Amino acid sequence: MSGTCLIISREDWSLHRKGEIDRQRHQEKVREAIKKNLADIVSEESIILHDGRKVIKVPIRSLEEFHFRFDAGRQKHGGQGDGKSKQGDVIYSEPQQGKGRGAGDEPGVDYYEADITVDELAEMIFEDLGLPNLEQKKKPEIASESVEFRDIRKKGITGNIDRRRTIKEVIKRNAMKGKPGLYGITPEDLRFKTWDLTYKYESNAVVLAMMDTSGSMGPFEKYIARSFFFWMVRFLRTKYNNVQIVFLAHHTEARETSEEEFFTKGASGGTRCSSVYKLALEVIKKRYSPQDYNIYAFHFSDGDNLASDNENCVKLINELLKVCNMVGYGEIEGPYYYASTLRNVYKRINDPKFTVVIIRDKSGVYPALKKFFAQIPDRQAN
Amino acid sequence: MGSKEDLYLLEKALEKITDKARELGLDFYDIYFEICPAEIIYTFGAYGMPTRFSHWIFGKAYHKMKTEYDYNLSRIYELVINSNPCYAFLLDGNSLIQNKLVMAHVLAHCDFFKNNIYFKNTFRNMVESMAAAADRFRSYEFKYGREKVESFIDAAIAIQEHVEPRPLNKNKKNDAEKVNAGKPDTPYSDLWALDEKDQDGGSTGNKAKMFPPEPEKDVMLFIIQNSKELEDWQRDIMSVIRQEMLYFWPQMETKIMNEGWATYWHLRIMREIDLDESEAIEFAKMHSGIIQPSRRRINPYNLGLNIFEDIERRWDNPGREEKEKYGRPGGEGKQKIFEVRATENDISFLRNYLTRELVEKLDLYLYKKVGFEWKIVEKNWEKVRDGLVSNLTNCGYPYIVVQDGDFNKRGELYLKHNYEGTELDVFYVEKTLPHVYTLWGRPVHLETVLNNKAVLFSYNGEKAEKKYL
Repeated sequence: MSGTCLIISREDWSLHRKGEIDRQRHQEKVREAIKKNLADIVSEESIILHDGRKVIKVPIRSLEEFHFRFDAGRQKHGGQGDGKSKQGDVIYSEPQQGKGRGAGDEPGVDYYEADITVDELAEMIFEDLGLPNLEQKKKPEIASESVEFRDIRKKGITGNIDRRRTIKEVIKRNAMKGKPGLYGITPEDLRFKTWDLTYKYESNAVVLAMMDTSGSMGPFEKYIARSFFFWMVRFLRTKYNNVQIVFLAHHTEARETSEEEFFTKGASGGTRCSSVYKLALEVIKKRYSPQDYNIYAFHFSDGDNLASDNENCVKLINELLKVCNMVGYGEIEGPYYYASTLRNVYKRINDPKFTVVIIRDKSGVYPALKKFFAQIPDRQAN
Repeated sequence: MGSKEDLYLLEKALEKITDKARELGLDFYDIYFEICPAEIIYTFGAYGMPTRFSHWIFGKAYHKMKTEYDYNLSRIYELVINSNPCYAFLLDGNSLIQNKLVMAHVLAHCDFFKNNIYFKNTFRNMVESMAAAADRFRSYEFKYGREKVESFIDAAIAIQEHVEPRPLNKNKKNDAEKVNAGKPDTPYSDLWALDEKDQDGGSTGNKAKMFPPEPEKDVMLFIIQNSKELEDWQRDIMSVIRQEMLYFWPQMETKIMNEGWATYWHLRIMREIDLDESEAIEFAKMHSGIIQPSRRRINPYNLGLNIFEDIERRWDNPGREEKEKYGRPGGEGKQKIFEVRATENDISFLRNYLTRELVEKLDLYLYKKVGFEWKIVEKNWEKVRDGLVSNLTNCGYPYIVVQDGDFNKRGELYLKHNYEGTELDVFYVEKTLPHVYTLWGRPVHLETVLNNKAVLFSYNGEKAEKKYL
């Protein structure tokens, strides 16, 4: 070809991963952004009611690249019609729900739907959570295998060379020959780390999930209670191999339910909270000896209890506190605020193992989780 | 396009296309064509250059391109890099006819890069230069930590558009200009200025009443030279980002022309080489996809192509008025389009050659947000033309200058937006100023206009403020 050099080639691009790596970094940053908004995301309906799909979409405004720019909503833009356009024609109109600042102020706002698995989300939510006051109980039921490096041998895999010990050997050997120093490593000096299979014993724990399903619990209250329990159950199953969960629902009477029923069935009628505490104590007595189990009890209600039952509740909570590592009471304050009788009487209980939270709206679920499952600092450290 | 035979066919086709292109008058650099998989093409698309440094914003762009590609919303067929030799990337999986079109298109881009005046000062070794910069950035990450480098890049990128692509005003008391006299114009010219600054730093005395003496459009350069906050590695990062912006600038300001030119030529060349029937159909489909107009934006391929064709037609067969008033003899179409491609940029291209007939034929308009609806607000051809031109001014970025580098006599940075009728995005202003603060290290201010009143946004490292002046 006359003068100009033109070359066509094909190279192996299989190692070229820059785009993917930076994409991952962007996603990491999106995750950070999600984390900052966990309180809102935790009670997203699409998650709580997700139909078993593994991946959910969390709507999040794309990470923005801020710079000085024009307000697109005040700018005139160019477009091209099909030959018949005239002044006043509507190019497009945008959905009219005002969603935050300026959203929709420009053509094609850049919303980023972060794909995230429920597990990933759970991991973020649970990062700082743990069962408080967890104790080693007598009879470990299940032990999980774990690998630990805790032996040093003279033979091994090169990748496992223990440099520090090898160097020590060299210095030691040289010192014994009267010429101390680090030189001349011989095969005999090499030391390798070797692993042992050990068993990691876990504490048994049982969690009693108690929910008020009486008529006064409206859709909002039930939704909040279920959101909480949804995450609690997931959290327990993710973090602990060895946790059992018992589901107890009550109105004036309490009964044990299956997990599915607990999350889906509604009920009605009056409220007698003591019924569920009584049932909880029975379940503990029959099936979960406090000697063998860490026991946790969480109760969610709107607090609208039979006034005559309140004293009884205080008494039973105190009973529960004797056998439980922790008792939590969550009260959902619905749109019709009134001074709750139950929460008020619980003010008299003065036990560090007893925790009360009040949830006023959807974003209160995450703080409730954090409060109930706060790790005690010195426990977290080890 | 997998096998050896395919490659052979492609080479044959390239030869034919090249001969045809040259016969028609195109003049291009050597070109390396690479066939690569889609991921690689959109990697390059996202970064603007295969060798550029790593950063999450490119990852975001990559993600977007990949998603659009995966969902078949868009398809990049090619990518050309303005260097000498040019690099062009062909999509693995393009059919032979697609590749023919792309190669013809690419040749015209290379011709444009080589001959358009705005590319005259392009740094032709940008591929290597970007690779070297990427390496240095990586070493900074090792030394100072990834987060630190990343967030500094965030800050630098926030003002990357505020450069001066070609300082025209020679009368400016600009140290850089004086020092540069007699020295070759290279991408490192500004370094001379750095030296100079240091030398007369003490002796400027009373002459430096105003600092800078005149409003400085190159905010990046001003900060690089005058920030007391920056460490060497940070100055380097800013300089690289500025240099890369200067490299991309001519491409941004000739987008309509360049795409129009390439489209004009792929059409022309493909018409002149023999295509069988099925090839002709596939070609027609692909071409019409490329020039598909959009109601919401101007398609540069379409508009550019139409203007070039119109120029050629009008100079080949001038109307009576054109003959009499401008003395056009006719038959000069080809000569004229080559002249236009050499001397104009998008702004002058539209201003000089977007005619009333074209605006009407293409049904161009301006639209604007009215309540919750985006409505056509302008059909008058001159206003449409002027509106399009004004959107292209400064490549569509607000024109911002450093007004005072020692505001309040406390070393604060005072930026001013040259308001020309369109307000800034206030939320973005408030989010961008902290980035400027990161670079400047002292309180920063931006003056602009809201509701016809001058307003000053400030950020002092802790809190943001807005007050009407």
